Amino acid sequence: METVVTEFSWGIALILLPLAGGMICFLWPRRTQILGLVTVFAVALSVGGLAWQMLDKGVYRHAVGGWGAPLGIDLYADGLSLLMLATTALVGFAISVYSAAYFKQEDAIRFWPLWLFLLAALNALFLSGDIFNVYVTFELMGLAAVSLVALAGGRDALGGAMRYLLAALLGSLAYLLGVALLYHGFGTVDIALLSERVEPSPVVWAALGLMGAGLLLKTAVFPLHFWLPPAHASAPAPVSALLSALVVKASFYILLRLWLEVFEPLISSEGVYTLLGLIGAMAVLWGSIQALRQTRLKLLIAYSTVAQIGYLFLAFPLAVAVGSTAWSAVAYLAISHALAKAAMFLAAGNLVRFGGHDRIADLDRVVQRLPLTAAAFALAGVSIMGLPPSGGFIGKWLMLEVALTQGRWDLVVVMLLGGLLAAAYVFKVLGYAFTQAEVAHEPKTVPASMEWAALLLALAAVLMGFLAVPVLSLVDIGDPFGLSEVRP
Amino acid sequence: MSWNSWLPLLLILSSLIPGLIIFALAEERVRLRITLNLLGALVNVGLVGLMLWGVYNGVHYEMRLPLLPGIELVLRAGSLSLFFVTLSAVLWLITTVYAIGYLEDSPNRSRFFGFFSLCVTATVGVALSGNLITFLLFYELLTLATYPLIVHRGTEAARRAGRTYLAYTIFGGALLLLGTVWLYSLTGTLEFTSQGFLDALGGEHRLSLTIIFVLLIAGFGVKAALVPFHGWLPQAMVAPAPVTALLHAVAVVKAGAFGIVRVVYDVFGVEFSADLGVLEPLAWLAAITIIYGSMRALFQDNLKRRLAFSTISQVSYIALGVAIAGPIATIGGVVHLVHQGLMKITLFFCAGNLAETLGIHKVSEMNGVGRRMPWTMAAFTVGAFGMIGAPPIAGFVTKWYLGIGAMDAGQDWVILVLAGSSLLNAAYFLPILHRAWFREPVGDWPEERNFGRKETAWMLLLPPLLTAVMALTVGLLALLPVSPLGWAKLIAEREFYQP
Amino acid sequence: MSAPFFYALVGIGLFSLGLYGLIVHAHLLRKILALNIMGSGIFLVLVALAKRTGEAPPDAVPHAMVITGVVVAVSATALALTLMLKLTAETGRAELPEKGRE
Repeated sequence: METVVTEFSWGIALILLPLAGGMICFLWPRRTQILGLVTVFAVALSVGGLAWQMLDKGVYRHAVGGWGAPLGIDLYADGLSLLMLATTALVGFAISVYSAAYFKQEDAIRFWPLWLFLLAALNALFLSGDIFNVYVTFELMGLAAVSLVALAGGRDALGGAMRYLLAALLGSLAYLLGVALLYHGFGTVDIALLSERVEPSPVVWAALGLMGAGLLLKTAVFPLHFWLPPAHASAPAPVSALLSALVVKASFYILLRLWLEVFEPLISSEGVYTLLGLIGAMAVLWGSIQALRQTRLKLLIAYSTVAQIGYLFLAFPLAVAVGSTAWSAVAYLAISHALAKAAMFLAAGNLVRFGGHDRIADLDRVVQRLPLTAAAFALAGVSIMGLPPSGGFIGKWLMLEVALTQGRWDLVVVMLLGGLLAAAYVFKVLGYAFTQAEVAHEPKTVPASMEWAALLLALAAVLMGFLAVPVLSLVDIGDPFGLSEVRP
Repeated sequence: MSWNSWLPLLLILSSLIPGLIIFALAEERVRLRITLNLLGALVNVGLVGLMLWGVYNGVHYEMRLPLLPGIELVLRAGSLSLFFVTLSAVLWLITTVYAIGYLEDSPNRSRFFGFFSLCVTATVGVALSGNLITFLLFYELLTLATYPLIVHRGTEAARRAGRTYLAYTIFGGALLLLGTVWLYSLTGTLEFTSQGFLDALGGEHRLSLTIIFVLLIAGFGVKAALVPFHGWLPQAMVAPAPVTALLHAVAVVKAGAFGIVRVVYDVFGVEFSADLGVLEPLAWLAAITIIYGSMRALFQDNLKRRLAFSTISQVSYIALGVAIAGPIATIGGVVHLVHQGLMKITLFFCAGNLAETLGIHKVSEMNGVGRRMPWTMAAFTVGAFGMIGAPPIAGFVTKWYLGIGAMDAGQDWVILVLAGSSLLNAAYFLPILHRAWFREPVGDWPEERNFGRKETAWMLLLPPLLTAVMALTVGLLALLPVSPLGWAKLIAEREFYQP
Repeated sequence: MSAPFFYALVGIGLFSLGLYGLIVHAHLLRKILALNIMGSGIFLVLVALAKRTGEAPPDAVPHAMVITGVVVAVSATALALTLMLKLTAETGRAELPEKGRE
């Protein structure tokens, strides 16, 4: 049994299962929910299998179909990939359970195949070993995600979807041109080979600029974030959760990978680092202030995503000197945010389902009728604010520690201010749980699975506050952050 | 893990688990809720007793959980921890009884008692913390657990008070986080160590350490209502009486004061702090708070607001005792944690009784109430005289030690502050007593509820009487080694005389 | 300059023209066409750079990338056109709606 688990190529399962599942769901619409749930559960189990294998044998590598690079596709997973896969599986499963109850049959028929294709794309992206494969997975992800946003129909959703599609395609094209240049310059698209061959030259700078711009656009970093709030706010709640929690992290993951493997050793001036830190800081502050100004709940949560992504970029200037702890903080922040943000959007979905609207000022009657949902939102908020105990707190602590060791007071101030602003907009919503509003007595209720999915995700975000030591040791498999390399 | 590491965790769970269950209960399950509440409180007191007995016999209780690479969550039963946790456990039991009586027939009791239990969980965690990060964790949890209690009534005033509270405490929390992380980045440890762990750092970081001290004291000072961070406390008086009683005597305000004690004794160490020159400004700040609080109290007609400003003033006695770097003053400051707790909770219980039974919220409405509610006013009188510092009540003991300690440390000006404060206390308490006992009532009471032959429900009457008697007893029996004073002497000894 | 280099430059020129068109035009169909032009530009770059000097056959890898890219472009365009039609049906105009009442 042991050998089966450690010998089987789990990476293939992670990509094929959701692809097959998506197609079967499409072909057998009457059983779509159960098929979808089974597939996602199988994917979660496969991630477990992969984790076991990697704990045993270290980094995972597989050439699909036995054909290696350059024409074949290589799969590669280290600790960071594993954590992203695990987060995707966990959040994906919770959202799937939620969606099974959320969508009516006619919408479910379209939701499940699209979601499973999105899952396949996400998994394939986290497992990619070469930059062209990443392009393909980006496109699959983009098409699936845009279609999911448009599911709700109506002017806002369609407009949001169109903006998203245009931005996603633009980002991908810029990225592809960068890939072309890198291939021309160094004869390979494999990330590991590139990291060995790359040297400073105009080609590389052009590629860095193009790919960087494309990826920043896809990650919705200030000031290229304009497409995110309309898309995330007008999509159905589970789709918003998927987008904010997972899809946005995928492009950030690629940015991080390329940065660490290919571009970072070439950069001698501090300018790039400072620039990334600066846009991160502006994202944190601007996103939080905008969140505070919103009158609609889902837009508030979407702007919160813009702000939280900014935190991830604050690590770049910090990683100039002391590489590892800053990146561990980033990994932790990314995972905690995925859990917490998904919980928040699911909770918002519950509130909208019950009350029929998402105007914050009129939420009190609804919030008081759904205590589980309110608790989910509160706990998720604790992580977003960076208060203990939560994964968000651990990430914040690690980042502050690195910043203080390096004397980067500007970044410290930004992080603390961001936390205060987050508290302001979270409690803006939570305050309504305690008013004396007349409690509505409508009979329609929210299915228990929807409330519990939100609550369990929020609890997971809080639980991450206690799991720092095991999780951080998992991240180190395969040394994704280059700690053991000797730096000149 | 052995039994010795489980006990601290069990203590925390004994209030956490009933709280979580209570959240899930429907409003109408009154009996079950009351049972869970009392059961939790009793188990809590029992476990504390067990811990005391164990420590007396030389057992060492400690629990460590890895939190981050290199940092652990530590719960430890040291002498100062036990001091505070005993106060919490005993007063929680008494306040639970009071709260059950007070909130009869109010809406949202399950929600209230759930957060009430969470609040106690956080306080126990604060008390038992073995290092600064554990303290920070439970301290922030306390903020989150007390906010729903303050806004419980749901009125506009309550929500405004809640927002103010959050603004202050979350800002304080950010300062604390900054100070803690900074300290960790300089020293690599956060364990509470007798006499501090910072002298090894030597001279290079003096400026950083001074700023860290300011940050930590400011962060804790918010909850401890140190001027200028006191603004939230008078507004928080809109909360129901059991909340204000617990907040002022045990939970929030004391946690802040306790934090200041920990920072000066177990993080920086008294000698190092004096060396850095931060203790004198702290003493001045405490003195200003003492006088300012008392002066504002003079002008309040609302009874609870008057008591709130009195708390602002009294809690700074603790900070003052800590800042006067001497063993005797230390004893005075530390013991006031218990003394002030007992006296203040009595006063708030009585204020709650007056409001619940007769609808009295203002001092001007209190004429002749002593005849109508003699037992309540008797308890109030004991508390008031204790505040003023009249022997043999607890407050006198505190002031005596603070005064002697000040002289011993060469800080004679403190005696003026103490004397001034006592005078002011008399100025705002004696008129209340005079009105209550020696004046005739003017017309009907604002809103009377009849309890038959008793003056009020026994659940509302018994707690203040109990705490008043305790305030009296700890003063009378102060010289016994088992009194809070004896305990405080032990703690001071550990801090000053151990090698 | 060599022929492949010239074609590559044209490709980059197309990319830039497409980018300009994407940003400037409001009508969705023009935006979609602009994206396609950008894509074609990149494919041209790839094919041009695949040509090796002398008698050696061209490098097959960029050709494979172009084929994949074309497939992707077709699917993406199909989706974009459908969305555009639905949006037009909904709002009456083939343009991105003003960001809604926030």
